[in-house]
Amino acid sequence: MTYLAKSPWIIHYDASSCNGCDIEILACLTPMYDVERFGIINTGNPKHADIFVVTGSVNEQNREVILNIYNQMPDPKVAVAVGICATSGGVFRECYNVAGGIDKLIPVDVYVMGCAARPESIIDGIVTALGILEKKRSEGASAPVVTDHHMNKEHHKHAEGGVQ
Amino acid sequence: MSKQITIPFGPQHPVLPEPLHLDLVLEDEKVVDVIPTIGYVHRGLEKLVEKREYTEYVFIAERICGICSFIHSQAYVQGIEQIMGLEIPERAQYLRTIWSEYSRLHSHLLWLGCFADSMGFESVFMNSWRLREHILNDLEATTGGRVIQGVCKVAGVRRDITPEKLDEMVKGLRGIEHELQDLTNVFLHDSSIQHRLKGIGVLKKEDAYQLGAVGPTARGSGVAIDIRETGYAAFGKINFRPVVEHDGDCYARCAIRAKEMFTSIDIIEQCAKKIPDGPVDMKVTGAPDGEYFSRAEQPRGEVIHYIKGNGKKNLLRHRVRTPTFTNIPPLITLLKGCDLADVPVIVLTIDPCIGCAER
Repeated sequence: MTYLAKSPWIIHYDASSCNGCDIEILACLTPMYDVERFGIINTGNPKHADIFVVTGSVNEQNREVILNIYNQMPDPKVAVAVGICATSGGVFRECYNVAGGIDKLIPVDVYVMGCAARPESIIDGIVTALGILEKKRSEGASAPVVTDHHMNKEHHKHAEGGVQ
Repeated sequence: MSKQITIPFGPQHPVLPEPLHLDLVLEDEKVVDVIPTIGYVHRGLEKLVEKREYTEYVFIAERICGICSFIHSQAYVQGIEQIMGLEIPERAQYLRTIWSEYSRLHSHLLWLGCFADSMGFESVFMNSWRLREHILNDLEATTGGRVIQGVCKVAGVRRDITPEKLDEMVKGLRGIEHELQDLTNVFLHDSSIQHRLKGIGVLKKEDAYQLGAVGPTARGSGVAIDIRETGYAAFGKINFRPVVEHDGDCYARCAIRAKEMFTSIDIIEQCAKKIPDGPVDMKVTGAPDGEYFSRAEQPRGEVIHYIKGNGKKNLLRHRVRTPTFTNIPPLITLLKGCDLADVPVIVLTIDPCIGCAER
């Protein structure tokens, strides 16, 4: 374990989730699960964050917000998709306003299952992310800036697929 | 007159677990206007009734929001049962009442924690979430889910609670009651907290009524509306009085939620005493033909589920009016004229639940 994995900071964004996973992420921070003992701190500033924890299925209004947060995070960074909505869209997959998963928009490193994801599995996902974070650091990898162009392309693909 | 500037608040903001965007128009430090933007959590799930059968749709109705989950499923199935004229077993009604009060407890403790955190009271945040785990453990033991229970179904509930477990639950709640008392006492009698809440963000009774405030936001201003008094589920057979305060400020809204937790514990205890034996579900045939407005009391206020069917497996229309959505106009009124530094606290006193508001 090197210096990065000792105190990873997370930033959480609710990308049109039902709240269930979000309150479970908050529950991870509180005495029962207490991830702060691993040095994990929830920050509100993307520039301070190492791990991007996203819940929900992504809709038209928040695509830009997700890109904003992700692109502002310094390298190395990892993205964790929490819950089945963030993974594939879940029960909302067929809704008209839903893209169906965070990986439609940004590269995702860890998927956490569950509806709502349990605190234990969220912690497990974040600990897995620590390993990936460390690997990215040693490789000196830098994530490409996800651009609007990418968003538009994905957007059209989604629009064509989503109409049926 | 000084120059006006506009400050964006949200959608990603440390005090908000959920995305809500407010454009705050300021003159110096005073907020003069507030322009809300919503839609960051809109999924469009009401239209899914066309793709899912009315019995399956309970799961989606429950996922309107992860905090108010059980009561959404309850309000939805109540509507279906009313259209189909089903008299569901009384034991199921009592079980629904018990679980809905457990939801209220967990929601209010969650709010208490987030609210304390928004004003920098970290220890109350940690302690209320520690107590909340006790509630969630009971919910998980009896339903199988912590925040999404999936236990309500059309014409009954999926699981029963044994009498021994009910006893244990009531004893457990009585056990945490004094801790809860300590927590709310610290919170309500601490001088710095009173200084930050009393006289801040006052909503007058007429305004609360005219702007359509519901739940603790309305009751804090002296408007005594509590849909539980209409007696849905088993509430008609339970003695309780809704908590009403008259000051209309932030402190009044907080006091309501703090006191309501004890009412909920009382209701659960009465239910555990009165619950009759019998089946917990019944067979359903056919499909709903007709329309109904189903009302229920969420932790945040009145929720209305409008359901319209035409005798087919898929409903024609489902529409939800959620408490947070109706509490946004009062919130705008509350914010006008306040200091910029009070904005996070005032926003959290209406206990915004954006997952509900936007569906």
